[in-house]
Amino acid sequence: MRISCPYCGDRDAHEFVHRGDAAPRRPTSDDGFYDYVYLRDNIAGPMREHWYHAQGCRNWIVVARDTRNHQMSGAVLAREASR
Amino acid sequence: MTRFSIFSLARNALSGHRQWPRTWRDAAPREAYDVVIVGGGGHGLATAYYLAKVHGITNVAVIEKAWIGGGNAGRNTTIIRSNYGLDGNTPFYEWSMKLWEGLEQDLNYNAMISQRGVLNLYHSDGQRDAFARRGNAMRLHGVDADLLDQTDVRRLAPFLNFDHARFPIMGGLLQRRGGTARHDAVVWGYARGASDRGVDIIQNCELTGFIRDADGAIVGVETTRGTIRANKVGVAVAGNSSRVAALAGLRLPIESHVLQAFVSEALKPVIPGVITFGAGHFYISQSDKGGLVFGGDIDGYNSYASRGNLPTVEDVCEGGMALMPMIGRARLLRSWGGIVDMSMDGSPIIDRSPIDGLYLNAGWCYGGFKATPASGWAFAHLLATGQPHETAAAYRLDRFATGHLIDEKGQGAQPNLH
Ligand SMILES: Cc1cc2nc3c(=O)[nH]c(=O)nc-3n(C[C@H](O)[C@H](O)[C@H](O)COP(=O)(O)OP(=O)(O)OC[C@H]3O[C@@H](n4cnc5c(N)ncnc54)[C@H](O)[C@@H]3O)c2cc1C
Ligand SMILES: [Zn+2]
Repeated sequence: MRISCPYCGDRDAHEFVHRGDAAPRRPTSDDGFYDYVYLRDNIAGPMREHWYHAQGCRNWIVVARDTRNHQMSGAVLAREASR
Repeated sequence: MTRFSIFSLARNALSGHRQWPRTWRDAAPREAYDVVIVGGGGHGLATAYYLAKVHGITNVAVIEKAWIGGGNAGRNTTIIRSNYGLDGNTPFYEWSMKLWEGLEQDLNYNAMISQRGVLNLYHSDGQRDAFARRGNAMRLHGVDADLLDQTDVRRLAPFLNFDHARFPIMGGLLQRRGGTARHDAVVWGYARGASDRGVDIIQNCELTGFIRDADGAIVGVETTRGTIRANKVGVAVAGNSSRVAALAGLRLPIESHVLQAFVSEALKPVIPGVITFGAGHFYISQSDKGGLVFGGDIDGYNSYASRGNLPTVEDVCEGGMALMPMIGRARLLRSWGGIVDMSMDGSPIIDRSPIDGLYLNAGWCYGGFKATPASGWAFAHLLATGQPHETAAAYRLDRFATGHLIDEKGQGAQPNLH
């Protein structure tokens, strides 16, 4: 599997660390923390997820990947995705 | 049912092995059952078997989207053990071990249960202390455990890399009663036992939705083979729990990840039991056919693809080479992947769900094969009585909200670390 880092280009997946679903947002009150920390949609299909390019540019990126076949449809820097 | 015996073997040998009866009935769905179990893996079939045998509930269907045993039940590396250290776990896995020990007699089916021993190696003083503690915890629960030093381990497995510069082997924790079982036979044996007691095993029947009554309770399932009514639906779909739960509007503390396994060409007997590398994640045993069966970490990202990627293949093989350099000379025959339900603390869930009529057996991570008998036992108990079985009382769904996590590895709420 190769991941297309917006900064470095196509790189082997093993340069990256996966950090899971990019959808959960840190809640502003205590109420939402159980959901935020533990519950997941665990999507079978296209999913946006966080990867860290640890052995490259060290950017956090958001990758769109289909969890059923590992096909990637794009990647952006996480700080741009959060704008 | 025809019981297997030396006489039935002789009789069938004389007729060229062409007269063996079918192992279980391939049933068609009926309109309604007392209980529908979703998922024909080891856990689902064991649940049906104990529902019939222990609780006398035989009006039961097991629905399986493909063929029984085609999921993780047939993809795992067949290791069974009860060397767990936490209170919520030890009695449960030991109960499972006890059921394994009597399983072949109970089912009248050869599951090739082989108690060859499971040896976990340690490579540092700190790790030795942790293993000593775990061994003590096991013994306090009446489980066998022996802490070995380097000399003992050398005697058992002289081919290991004792002088590795970074990870010298200092000793190991041995559970002699641990070992392996033939995974397919476990599935077939439970299927036969359940089917003979009246349970319908329905293959090529995928759950596609739930039927709810006016109060929202579940009163049946929609499947690719029509509607089936039942007031109790037990879900045991390892790896697909979130997808099935989503059909009922439920989110779970689970992520699906791929775990790979590997088998080498067949060799003469070289590895006495199961051996695990304490410095990396690598475990190995030898099958009765002679293949070295081994595996390591999950690939590390969400997946429903049932196949992994090369970095993990490399990582697992590196672990193997570090531990026993001789395996570098063996050819790798096959590798495959299975989708595992990684729960957020690494432990399973056997509980009723917040929806009436829906019961969950999920989150087995990459270690649920050894749990098959006790999981079936406890899930059947829950479905029959409405109460958790005493050995599985800690496997609650709400433990993540209440803080009663069962984090055996002490690595936190990260599925990719379990
Ligand atoms: C590579 C690998 C190695 C492993 N090694 C070990 C090991 O050495 N020791 C150990 O203890 N554990 C091991 N495990 C874990 C163990 O295999 C699983 O935890 C356990 O088998 C899960 O329970 P099960 O047998 O019921 O699951 P499965 O056999 O996966 O059963 C679930 C069934 O549900 C069916 N299903 C899914 N969705 C639907 C639907 N919508 N409708 C109908 N049916 C559906 C599936 O087709 C499947 O047959 C390993 C797992 C893998 C992948
Ligand atoms: Zn980069």
